Amino acid sequence: MGAKENASVLRMRGIAKAFAGVPALNGVDFTLRGGQIHALLGANGAGKSTLMKILSGAYPSDEGAVEIDGKPVALRSPAEAKRAGIHCVYQEVDTSLVPHLTVGENIMLDKLASSSGSGWVRWGTVHGEAAGVLERIGLALSTRKLVRDLTLAEKQLVLIARLLSMNAKFVILDEPTAPLSLEEAETLFRIMEGLKRDGIGVVFISHRLPEVFRIADEITVMRDGQRVWTKPSEETDTHGVVRAMLGRSFEEEYPKLQADIGEVVLSVRDLAAGTRVRGVDLDVRAGEVVAVVGLVGAGKTELSRLLFGADRAERGTVTVDGKPADLRSPAAAIGSGFALVPEERRKEGILVRESVLHNLSLPILKSISRLGFVSGSAERRHGIGTVAGLGIKTPGLGQLTAYLSGGNQQKVAIGKWTATDAKVFLFDEPTKGVDVGAKSDIFRIIGELARQGKAVLYLTCEFAEAIGLADRILVMCDGVIVKQFGRGEATQENLLYYASAGREE
Amino acid sequence: MKNRLLHFTFRYGTLIFIGLVILFFSLSREAFFTFDNMMDILRAISIVTFVAIGVTISLTVDGFDLSVGASMSLSTVLTATLMVWYEMPLAVVLIVPLLVGAAVGLLNAFLIVKIRIPDLLATLAVMYIVNGIHKTYTKGYSIYNNMPLQDGTTAPGVMLKPFLWIGQGKLLGVPFPVILMVIAVAGAHVFFKYTRWGRQMIMTGGNEEAARLSGLRVKKVRTLAYVASAVFASIGGILFAARIGSGQIDAGAPMLMDSVAAVFVGYSVFAAGRPNIIGTFFGAVLMGVMVNGLTMMNVDYYKNDIIKGIVLVLALAVTFIHLNRKRA
Repeated sequence: MGAKENASVLRMRGIAKAFAGVPALNGVDFTLRGGQIHALLGANGAGKSTLMKILSGAYPSDEGAVEIDGKPVALRSPAEAKRAGIHCVYQEVDTSLVPHLTVGENIMLDKLASSSGSGWVRWGTVHGEAAGVLERIGLALSTRKLVRDLTLAEKQLVLIARLLSMNAKFVILDEPTAPLSLEEAETLFRIMEGLKRDGIGVVFISHRLPEVFRIADEITVMRDGQRVWTKPSEETDTHGVVRAMLGRSFEEEYPKLQADIGEVVLSVRDLAAGTRVRGVDLDVRAGEVVAVVGLVGAGKTELSRLLFGADRAERGTVTVDGKPADLRSPAAAIGSGFALVPEERRKEGILVRESVLHNLSLPILKSISRLGFVSGSAERRHGIGTVAGLGIKTPGLGQLTAYLSGGNQQKVAIGKWTATDAKVFLFDEPTKGVDVGAKSDIFRIIGELARQGKAVLYLTCEFAEAIGLADRILVMCDGVIVKQFGRGEATQENLLYYASAGREE
Repeated sequence: MKNRLLHFTFRYGTLIFIGLVILFFSLSREAFFTFDNMMDILRAISIVTFVAIGVTISLTVDGFDLSVGASMSLSTVLTATLMVWYEMPLAVVLIVPLLVGAAVGLLNAFLIVKIRIPDLLATLAVMYIVNGIHKTYTKGYSIYNNMPLQDGTTAPGVMLKPFLWIGQGKLLGVPFPVILMVIAVAGAHVFFKYTRWGRQMIMTGGNEEAARLSGLRVKKVRTLAYVASAVFASIGGILFAARIGSGQIDAGAPMLMDSVAAVFVGYSVFAAGRPNIIGTFFGAVLMGVMVNGLTMMNVDYYKNDIIKGIVLVLALAVTFIHLNRKRA
């Protein structure tokens, strides 16, 4: 499997961990060889993050041992893990970087911050070494550039460069591709291949199975805090992995409910703002699910924000049921019949420090209040009904949404709109960071909304979802709709073609 | 078991501490645990509680209002001059300071919500301006009955009797400011717990963008919060004038610190970890009990601030240890 003779081997044996008495990991074995890309898969809550946090020293394990090349190592803190050569690149790259320092300083940060060595900083050496590391991973980036001017993908690569500067032997990449565009992901894969050639062992966590099969040598699937199996990637396929993750066979990945398609509800003409949305025309009918696909940066999020009044349009007309929509603010857009499930779930979709109950009732406070007083019983009834109707898994209505899994948080973000009289539902990347099980729940909810006669606009960069779910697919590129496909007409390849090339030849 | 004990400590620690402090003073000084002294304590904290309710409201929408002390000073001298200089009827004396307070709140809201100056900086600037205005208005003098004026004559008016009763009178043996305070605390608690507008303020403070995308008119909500904050400070100013019987300049300056301290002690009550009215009230009670008891114990008044600071640090430590444990 490409593992070199002299490469290090890391073994985790019988790892167990419980949080407040609730077991999160139960006797997990995990082996990572140098020169190997090992994908770690599992639904949210399967325990993969906990396992990796134990490996990177962020949590202590309750039971079990970790050894490198047969020698036991103690991983009581991130610093100890780093000394053992284990590094982790978390999803939130901004927390690990200093934005107003240069790329070079950020790469060499740990060395600059270490107390050993002379107290003087030799800037030539710092930038020289940093440039060497960047060259090693084949990244053309000036070491003098400020980190705050970088794209998210570049920041990620700077973090990888940093851990290379510290002679990492094992690297954990926690969902690195989730925020990346396809091209950016390609760059990352090239660099991962480079790490592999250097004999570094890479743990790769991702929800996107196609890329897992492209890049990974070995796959471990976890479920309910246990390892289901570990196999070389060529010995399994998407269906096998999904079955192992869910613990049941995945009959229908994209359940499509039949809905009657009616009159045009949403009509958009020449909608534009700034450089991201440059004249969009589209129609959505009652009961219809229309997907807008495009690469990251195509302007989908901006389009959804314009339609919801979160940003102001410069020109264009939007009508709902033939009447001009008031989009001067989100409150006005809601009055015109819109609902938005935004991409940034935890920042914009829900209030993480508020309860499920209060999140669900937020848009309908007025209708459940009398003389300004919120009716406790009406609010509870609504909460109970929504939790049951959408299958939100929560210990209670009073639970803070911060403690729900990503999928259940998303259901709350959707559920708060179901009791409003919204006619148009805008979904912006609703499955981002959501596990497979919750994904099909969300598709079912969207199908249910269409069946109730709602117009659904589904904005996504996951082409497979658009193909599985939508009645029509619009391809967006550079702020305009460049191509339309009916149901069954599109393939991932031609969607990608129009999304990246943008023009019909 | 250990966890449950810890949980209990975080939840009720501050209340138990208040109980222990009261017990300690009661055992040390006979005069402490009497009806009259308890009423004295409550009357002493009534003004700071009004200001602190204002601070709680601005903190609830995730803002901070440094200008409450200045608003209170302005309202105190305004109230006094309306009577002493202009001989206005009681209704005018009560309403004008509230309107002026609301105007200060609108100015704060304009700078923070519309111009988008960070709250601390905007209200710091307004604090200076309002402090300056109230001193310029009185030319730096405090206001009292028939005070001599710059032109050599004396002021025509005196502080009205019914007005003074607001600060000094009693109803069924309970000082009137205490009754007002209880009504205000109960009212503000009900507002946040049971009304749509209170809920909107809490949600706006929790995450403004998420609240906006849920259809709340967050600018309106935040504007209202700053206006309410300044109005409560102004009520504090009116009560102060009625209590003292004159219009002291700079009356609000120490109230800013005391009210902020009360609010943050309140974070620890019932392990709320966020601004809440009941907590604010108990925070004010704790501060009042400490000052009263220590005075009885003949502790020099200038040591009070050290003790207040230590209590604040303890409460904050409990709150943040608890919050960080919860997040981990």
